Amino acid sequence: MEETLAHPLEKYLRTEKLPHMWCPGCGIGTVVQAFLRAVDELKIEQDKVVAVSGIGCTGRIPQYIKFDGAHVLHGRAIPVALGIKLARPDLKVVVFGGDGDLASIGGNHLMHAARRNADLIVIMVNNFIYGLTGGQVAPTTPKEATTYTSPYGPDSKPLDAVKLVSAAGGTFVARWSTAYPVLLKESIKRAFSHRGFSFIEVISQCPELFGRINNFKSTYEIYQKIKKVGTIRRGISPYDAKYDWNSEISLGEFVNFEAPSYYDQLREIIEKAKGVKE
Amino acid sequence: MSDSRLIFVHGNGAIVEGAIQAGCRFYAGYPITPSSEIAEEMSKRLPQVGGIYVQGEDELASINMIVGASMAGAKAMTATSGPGFSLMQEGLGLAVATETPLVIVNMMRAGPSTGIASKAWQGDIMQSRFGSHSDYEIISVYPWSVQEAFDLTIESFNLAEKYMTPVVLLGDAILARMRERLYIKQEEIIDRKRPSEPEGKYMPYKRDQSLVPVIASFGEGFHVLKDSLTHNENGYYYENPEVQAKYVRGITEKIKKNAAAIEKYESVFTEDAEVVIVAAGPMARVAHSMIIDARKRGKKWGMFRPVTIWPFPEEQLKKSVQKAIYVIVVEMSTGKLVYPVKWSINDNDRVKLVSWLSYEAPTPDELEHLCEKEVNG
Repeated sequence: MEETLAHPLEKYLRTEKLPHMWCPGCGIGTVVQAFLRAVDELKIEQDKVVAVSGIGCTGRIPQYIKFDGAHVLHGRAIPVALGIKLARPDLKVVVFGGDGDLASIGGNHLMHAARRNADLIVIMVNNFIYGLTGGQVAPTTPKEATTYTSPYGPDSKPLDAVKLVSAAGGTFVARWSTAYPVLLKESIKRAFSHRGFSFIEVISQCPELFGRINNFKSTYEIYQKIKKVGTIRRGISPYDAKYDWNSEISLGEFVNFEAPSYYDQLREIIEKAKGVKE
Repeated sequence: MSDSRLIFVHGNGAIVEGAIQAGCRFYAGYPITPSSEIAEEMSKRLPQVGGIYVQGEDELASINMIVGASMAGAKAMTATSGPGFSLMQEGLGLAVATETPLVIVNMMRAGPSTGIASKAWQGDIMQSRFGSHSDYEIISVYPWSVQEAFDLTIESFNLAEKYMTPVVLLGDAILARMRERLYIKQEEIIDRKRPSEPEGKYMPYKRDQSLVPVIASFGEGFHVLKDSLTHNENGYYYENPEVQAKYVRGITEKIKKNAAAIEKYESVFTEDAEVVIVAAGPMARVAHSMIIDARKRGKKWGMFRPVTIWPFPEEQLKKSVQKAIYVIVVEMSTGKLVYPVKWSINDNDRVKLVSWLSYEAPTPDELEHLCEKEVNG
């Protein structure tokens, strides 16, 4: 009898939920694989990881990976994740979200999670567009691009989440792209060992909704564009990193320093309070 | 703490005492009058018992943080008022959908919109039941005294854990700020059930005859998925008419079919009452004084007070108005409580509304005068 070989990462998948809902050529699968490999290589206990997401194509990740998971409201993954982390500080809580979910409707939570140095890993898959709802403009959409709700071009310039999170106080801030899955995986591994707020943006291709309308004839074409525009920069400040569809989207780890995490700060408050007599 | 003690405190303070005793160890909220004393007191008390207090960046963050904390096994609550309660509605729906226990305090204030922050109103009776979109049931309680605010806070946590649901604890600006004696003693505390089946066989959203699922908390090794999308017994999203129907039936019937066990009410002098006043919260205090005075003057008046506003104690109201010629609903709004009263009573001609549109509560005399007008035309 022919033996069927299991995929080496199969134990991390909710196989009964497959096939997944992502379009052929989508970059989200690359992010999932990089994440699972990071977990596997670090030998992190499967029972100790919680995957949290909001709404969107990226938001579907917890439905397919076999950890405790919460697929919650649009924009609200970060506060749910923070609640989980503070109730169970021994768990590793990871947020997956798209650019719309995290940088638009959830932008306030992103900013405040960075300010608090919340003990979370946030992986933001940026495909420049609202995918699940059918290709509408996002705050990350380049000025040069067209979408179904910006037929004359976006009304304003895009948001660079790396700068936002850095300025708000994020202590680990990186940007990679689907063109560098191994470097992404290594960065996720470093985020796992970082104490405090880790933010990793992943520039990703949406061949169906961003690609087609912008005249990329195939997954290959848009992937080539992402590969070309993404430029690895080592040791530069997040404020020197570029987010420009025409010239360069800078990739790399821009911020990485130690500071008391949110939970550390709350522990300190608990210690102080226990000394207080009523 | 097992010792009992007597303190003098406002309604907001009593809620904090109740929450701490019920085992609440996570609070996230956003300051808003007239609920802010709950946040202030929680920020002091929770760290003393090893709990976590977070001031969220807004109400959306706050409600979603307590959903997360509860999903991870903590007893969690928030407190808000009118505008903040509106902002929390989507998160409340998330707790309903994922069957996550929590307690949301809504100290009702004069509205609509920003209204008058520090003044009482009873306008959110319907919002506490129907405020989030689509199809669900909820438990909502409304205390009338500082003592009952304490008792019902514990009860709210117990109901939340028992039925795996958010519970809305309604109050108003009067209850929030009025000070009374509070007798604190140890009450029975209920904790959510834990799975008895092994991982692999266990289904988080499967229901036994209690109709309430046993949902593992995160970090217990069950790899549970808690999804805001329509889900099956495994917690998995499927776009399928049968899954949708079963899902909605599941989350609504666990409240509806257990309603008799959930409902609380108070019925005073209703056995022979020709006029039954229906009122809730501190407004019922005025109604209560009024009927006691009226009885002394030979009027056969009684009072029915729903303590659980939702599910509304329909059957108990029906029993209490058997002899009543008139049923007068007295409320600080243009009429909200009057609807479940009408739904409960077949003969609606006898249901009258006294709509008190001042944020200062009426005196018993003023209220009696208005009720008399309804009776005598």
